[in-house]
Amino acid sequence: MPSLLKESPLGVFQAHLVKGELAYQVCLDDNQPFFYPRACAPGTGSENIEWRVSKGLGTVYTTTVVHYKGEPPLNVAMIDVDEGFRMMSRVEDIDPMQVKIGMRVKFRVHPATEKAAPYPVFTPVEKQ
Amino acid sequence: MANANLAGLQRGSVAVVGAAESDLGQVAPNTNPMDLMAQATLRALEDCGLTLKDVDGLFIAATQVRMGPMAFAEYLRIKPKYFDGTIIGGSSFMSHVAHAHAALQLGLCNVAVIAYGSTQRSVSRAAASPRDFNPYESPYRPFLPGSAYAMAAIRHMHQYGTTREQLAEVAVSARKWALMNPKAWEKDPLTVEQVLNARMVSYPFTVRDCCLVLDGGGAIVMVRADRAKSLKKKPVYVLGTGESLSHANISSMPDFTVSAAKESGAQAYAAAKMKPSDMQMLSLYDAFTITPILFLEDLGFCKKGEGGPFVASGAIAPGGSLPVNTSGGGLSYCHPGMYGLLVMIEAIRQIRGECGQRQVKNCDVALAQGNGGVLSSECTVIFGSEASL
Repeated sequence: MPSLLKESPLGVFQAHLVKGELAYQVCLDDNQPFFYPRACAPGTGSENIEWRVSKGLGTVYTTTVVHYKGEPPLNVAMIDVDEGFRMMSRVEDIDPMQVKIGMRVKFRVHPATEKAAPYPVFTPVEKQ
Repeated sequence: MANANLAGLQRGSVAVVGAAESDLGQVAPNTNPMDLMAQATLRALEDCGLTLKDVDGLFIAATQVRMGPMAFAEYLRIKPKYFDGTIIGGSSFMSHVAHAHAALQLGLCNVAVIAYGSTQRSVSRAAASPRDFNPYESPYRPFLPGSAYAMAAIRHMHQYGTTREQLAEVAVSARKWALMNPKAWEKDPLTVEQVLNARMVSYPFTVRDCCLVLDGGGAIVMVRADRAKSLKKKPVYVLGTGESLSHANISSMPDFTVSAAKESGAQAYAAAKMKPSDMQMLSLYDAFTITPILFLEDLGFCKKGEGGPFVASGAIAPGGSLPVNTSGGGLSYCHPGMYGLLVMIEAIRQIRGECGQRQVKNCDVALAQGNGGVLSSECTVIFGSEASL
């Protein structure tokens, strides 16, 4: 494992995001992908870990719409990414109530601001 | 399984002898969570005829008191021989019962107090239970814990056809029970339409699908079975316990429609040498209307996916086939942040026969299901009367 004095799992993840990439890790002992990024593979405890870049396609596993007072409704969803890991995210460019389980979605980066790091969001995949 | 370590626990070797709530609702300004813990503890000791000098085991979890056993021992000026500050959300106290069972049986302590207090209504939920920042969840601003349970409900609706009306029936059944509990916060009847039309919080939940946000606390006193017989009230024996951790953050929940109550329940049934049909009353942590539905399924009272129609049939309401949350639950009686202790107090009172108008007839066995975090920790306790031994 790389030294935690030099880089952190979250730091590597965010560096990929800055390049427009959704990165995840795979344990090379059991070949299982996992998310969120960690300093060791969950379950095996192995440090034999590889970073990979996702193709950025996934499927909505479940969803909700949050109603904060004085704000427009906000989507929060769980995305099963095709490479085999699940993450929380938001599906954008669509009415939050129209985000449905099973919907195919594609990753894009929500850019960094002065206050916050970049983070991954998703948009519906256009039907071909 | 955490509880596998406790396989040496003997069914019925310890009992709850004292149980009490603190004042509930909205307390006076500047009341401290430990004021509520202390009030409940003294009431629970009075309930069984023991005094503070007898207490040598302390089990404390509270979000506003970071190092609970230390702080409460100081407050009471006692020096417990044994203490435990396990904090895993609302199921912490069921876990404490399992750990107190072990400590008492091994003679590590003789009189165990489990206590809780919260002033979350007075100081706000955000101040009482600040959440950890999670770089993989916080940017999306889920309304936690509600949005996590909402996503479990949406998945359950998708897989099994569960409806918002069926979810609402959980709140309506709880309210019917609450109207028979003088200590319940809610005093007016509630309809399915009122639940559906209330302010939306996190779809599919309106504010009426969500538990109350109140101040309150509670305490229970436990001793070994031999001593229990000589105290003031009928002992309520611990027949079996189970503890299970599934995840911490909702993103890591393996299947949003199956809770770890399946594991904690199986452990508790095995320890109690009982099955679901032996349970005469259930106290199921109802943080949101989906949780009793999941627990009814995962604890074996209906098949997976049938919880919605089961509650809509009126089964869990007064007059139904299975009394559930007779206090009115976290939805209508009281929910002070981590509600598990009050979940157990109602089960204990039903076995004692102290529940007045809402009393379940001949209640000798009751199951209390604790839930913590975002369906993260599930702990089960099965209580029984002397007749159940």
